[in-house]
Amino acid sequence: MIDLHDVRKVFPARGRSGEVVAVDGVSLRVAAGEFAGVVGPSGSGKSTLVRLVNLLERPTSGSVTVDGRVLTELPDDEVRQARRSIGMVFQHFELLDSRTAAGNVEHPLELAGVGRAERRRRATELLDLVGLGERADAHPGQLSGGQKQRVAIARALAGRPKVLLCDEATSALDQASTTGVLELLRRVRAELGLTVLLITHEMAVVKAVCDSAVLLERGRVVDSGRLSEVLTREHSPLADALLPAPLTDADAGHGGVLLRVTVTDRTPETVVLQTLIGQLGLAVEVAGGSVETVAGGRYGRLLLRATGDLSRLDGALRGLRDDGVLIEPIPRDSGAVATAGADR
Amino acid sequence: MSDWARVWPQLLEATWETLYMVGVSALLTVLLGIPLGILLTVTAPGALAPRPLLYRLLGLVVNLGRSLPFIILLVLVAPVTRGVVGTTIGSTAAIVPLTIGAVPFLARLVETSLREVASGKVEAALSMGARRRDVVRTVLLPEARPSLIAGTTVTVVALISYSAMAGAVGGGGLGDFAIRFGYQQFRTDITLLTVVLLLLIVQVLQWAGDHWARRLAHA
Ligand SMILES: Nc1ncnc2c1ncn2[C@@H]1O[C@H](COP(=O)(O)OP(=O)(O)OP(=O)(O)O)[C@@H](O)[C@H]1O
Ligand SMILES: [Mg+2]
Repeated sequence: MIDLHDVRKVFPARGRSGEVVAVDGVSLRVAAGEFAGVVGPSGSGKSTLVRLVNLLERPTSGSVTVDGRVLTELPDDEVRQARRSIGMVFQHFELLDSRTAAGNVEHPLELAGVGRAERRRRATELLDLVGLGERADAHPGQLSGGQKQRVAIARALAGRPKVLLCDEATSALDQASTTGVLELLRRVRAELGLTVLLITHEMAVVKAVCDSAVLLERGRVVDSGRLSEVLTREHSPLADALLPAPLTDADAGHGGVLLRVTVTDRTPETVVLQTLIGQLGLAVEVAGGSVETVAGGRYGRLLLRATGDLSRLDGALRGLRDDGVLIEPIPRDSGAVATAGADR
Repeated sequence: MSDWARVWPQLLEATWETLYMVGVSALLTVLLGIPLGILLTVTAPGALAPRPLLYRLLGLVVNLGRSLPFIILLVLVAPVTRGVVGTTIGSTAAIVPLTIGAVPFLARLVETSLREVASGKVEAALSMGARRRDVVRTVLLPEARPSLIAGTTVTVVALISYSAMAGAVGGGGLGDFAIRFGYQQFRTDITLLTVVLLLLIVQVLQWAGDHWARRLAHA
C-alpha cells in the first residue's frame, strides 16, 4: 500500500548550517491493512520520512508509491487529489480554532467540494465513530488533548482514506489519553481496513499497536520487520530498543554464571528453567529482564544467574540451542559484551 | 455665548466630514491593505508561494510608505490626488493621501497576523489536499480573524488622527475646525470640545473592534 524506494531527502544549506541529509536512501514497504511503526532517536528523520509519503516534502531522489500510484511522478494537482485518500494526524492536533469540532471534520470535505448536507451527515457520523458525538459544537479550546486528537482523527478519516499517517500522534498526551487514542486507532484500522504508518519515539506505543516496525538512525533504516519476527531474533537493534536488554554491571562478583535468554512463544523460559533446575540441579535466580505481551505473543529478555555444579552446563546449553532456545552465557570478564544493547 | 448658534452647524458639518473621510478611506484601506498583506505573507521566503524578488519589492514599497511622515506624504501625493479627484482641496481629496498612508500600515499588520497562524495548521490543510488559495481562504484568514480585526481597528484609529492633519491642509473635518475656531480665534472651549468628540469616536471604534475580536476568539 505504501512503497518507498531508495528515498533521499536533503535539505539545502541555509545560513551557517550546512546541508542536512534527513532521509538517506530509505526503502520501505507497508502492506495493505498493516499497522507499521517507525521509531528512532530525535532528529533521525522520522517526521521527514512520514511527510515524504504524502509529498508534503518532495524527495530529493527516489520514488514514493501509495495505493499503486507513483506520487513522485504525478503533477501537483493530481498529488493534491491523491492526498485526499491519505489521512494525516499530527502531534499538536492542528485543529482550526475558528471552527467547531464538526466544522473541523467538515474542512477536508469542503475542500473536496462535498455539499453542505452531506458534510454535516459525515461529520456527525465520524464524531460518533470517535466517541465525540456530543461535542460536535465545541471549539478546540474547550476540548482536552485526547479529545482534540480524536477530532483530528475524525477529520483525517473524513475523505475515506486508505492510508493513515500519524506523526507522534500521542506524544503530547498523558497516559490515559494515549491509551484511548491508541485503542481508537486500532479500532478504526480494523473497522475501516486502514493501512497505518505511525511515527513515535515511544516504544510502548509500538508494542501496543504495531504489527511491524522500522528503526531509523541518522536517516537510514537500521532494522525492520514484523514484531513477531524481530522479537524472536537474539541480536536485533530493533528488539533491543523494544525490549531493552537487562544490565549486568551490577551483577559482577556474585559468582555462578550469567545466562542471557530470549523468551518467545515457542521457546518459553519454562523450558530453560526445567533444564537448568530440573535436569542439572542448579540454583537459578532472575538477575534482570522482563517478559511482555506484544502483538499477542509473549516476548522478553531474561538474565539468569545459575549457581551450583556447572560441569554439565555447556552440554546442556548446546542441547537447548539445538532445540531452538535462544540462550547464551555472558562471558564473565567481558563487560562490553554483557552491556551491548543496554545503551539503547 | 450667542455665537454657539453659529458654531453648532459648522461643528456638525466638520464631524460629518471627518466620519466621511475616515469611513471611505478605511473602506479603501481594508480593500487594498488586506490583499497586500496576504501577498506579503505568501510570497515570503519559505511561505506558501515564495517569490523572493516580488516580496522584497513589495516590502520596500510598504516600508517607504510607512516611514514617510504623513504631512510629507500629503504634499507628495498631491499630483496623484489632483489626477484622481480633480482637486487637492476638500474631504474627498483628502481620502487619497489618507488611503495611501494607511494601506502599507495595515498591510504590515495583516502580514504579522497571518504569519502568527501556526504553520502546522497550514500543513494540515495541505495534507487534506488544499490548494494554496484554499489555505488562505479557509485557514489563514479565519484563524487570524480576531487579530486582523484588532489590526484594522488600530489602522482606523490612526486614520482619524491622520484625518485631522489632512483637514488642516484643506480637507475640512474636525482637525480643520479645531484650528479655525479653537486655535485661530483663541477659543479653548471649542478646541476642547473637538478633542472630546475625537476621543469619543476613537473610543467607540476601539470598543466595537475589541468586542468583535473577542467574540470571534475561541482559543
Ligand atoms: N525544513 C527543514 N529544513 C532543514 N532541515 C530540516 C527540515 N526539517 C527537518 N530538518 C532536519 O532533518 C533532520 C531530521 O528531522 P526530523 O524532524 O525528520 O527528525 P525526527 O526524527 O522527526 O525528530 P523528532 O523525534 O525530534 O521529531 C534534523 O536534523 C532536522 O534538523
Ligand atoms: Mg518528528
